[in-house]
Amino acid sequence: MIRSEILKEIAPILRDQLVVCNIGIPSQELHAIDDQPTNFYMLGTMGLASSIGLGLALAQDKPVISIDGDGSVLTNLGTLPTIANNVADNYVLLIIDNGSYGSTGDQPTYAGRKTSLAAVAEACGCDRVIECQAEDTGKVLQEALDAKKMTVIVCKCESGNAKMPVITLDPVVIKHRFMEAVQKA
Amino acid sequence: MNIDKKITDDLVANDVSFVTTVPCKQLAGVIDEIDARDEIFHIPSNKEDEGMGLCAGAHMGGKRPAIIMQNTAIGVTINTLATLTQFYRMPLPMLISYRGELREPVACQVEMAVHTKALLAQLNIPTYHFHEQRDVEEFDMILKYTYMCNKPVAILTDANFWGGYGDQ
Repeated sequence: MIRSEILKEIAPILRDQLVVCNIGIPSQELHAIDDQPTNFYMLGTMGLASSIGLGLALAQDKPVISIDGDGSVLTNLGTLPTIANNVADNYVLLIIDNGSYGSTGDQPTYAGRKTSLAAVAEACGCDRVIECQAEDTGKVLQEALDAKKMTVIVCKCESGNAKMPVITLDPVVIKHRFMEAVQKA
Repeated sequence: MNIDKKITDDLVANDVSFVTTVPCKQLAGVIDEIDARDEIFHIPSNKEDEGMGLCAGAHMGGKRPAIIMQNTAIGVTINTLATLTQFYRMPLPMLISYRGELREPVACQVEMAVHTKALLAQLNIPTYHFHEQRDVEEFDMILKYTYMCNKPVAILTDANFWGGYGDQ
């Protein structure tokens, strides 16, 4: 399975949650598969999806899912100790680990070679870290939401991208409708 | 006047309840003060762009955030300021220790100090420079201005403002 197939499969779970989605093709795929006001699409700033999601989870009570990638987590590796030491039980960090920089031409990342992001997350002090295969992502994600415990999921999948259009929504519109969704009871 | 307490009081009075910090010797007192206050959630960051990500999330979650960092961080955060904070129009007061100015003992700090205001100007970031202790009186107005205009705003605070380094 590639990332877009995973996103299609978990779209019904994501639909009711606040989602912070990583820059580039992941956001384009999610936007094309199931655009929701509860989705915050990153149009730039590689690496910060996990930080934005943590800030959001700490600032309010609703569940938050950050959809991140292995390359993006590697570029902001300092995020994992911050997550571990500031526990937000309404927070799930879903790292879709396809071992490559998908948006730039599928160049391999170190996570696809010797580095285990699950082991890094555990070493950083994250209490609940689950590595799963792509096919099990929906089940693991639903369990993480039901557990109401901060969870880092490392979902191992194949490299590859679906052809999706660039997001043309204005960033201020993305933010505005997302903040309205956050405030809704 | 205790400027650490004055800054923290102004943050609380302006409902700033989420503060991320990357430390600097000059900022130690204000970071301690913030950490001790129940009204503020203090979350240390490992890097300043990470901190700006946390602040972006807190802002969208309905909190008023702020970041406290050194001016060297301007070199680290330009992409984040342009593509996240400014692009999505997010308010962010940045209380910045302005190293490499008068009374600075470490030569290397001057190398980023000479670029700091130019970089902030290039980014069209409203910038204030606290040099005398009395300059802190504007802090309350700067916070109100930041949340009025939904922009990152820089407050550069130099060694003279903080009282210098011992015999310097």
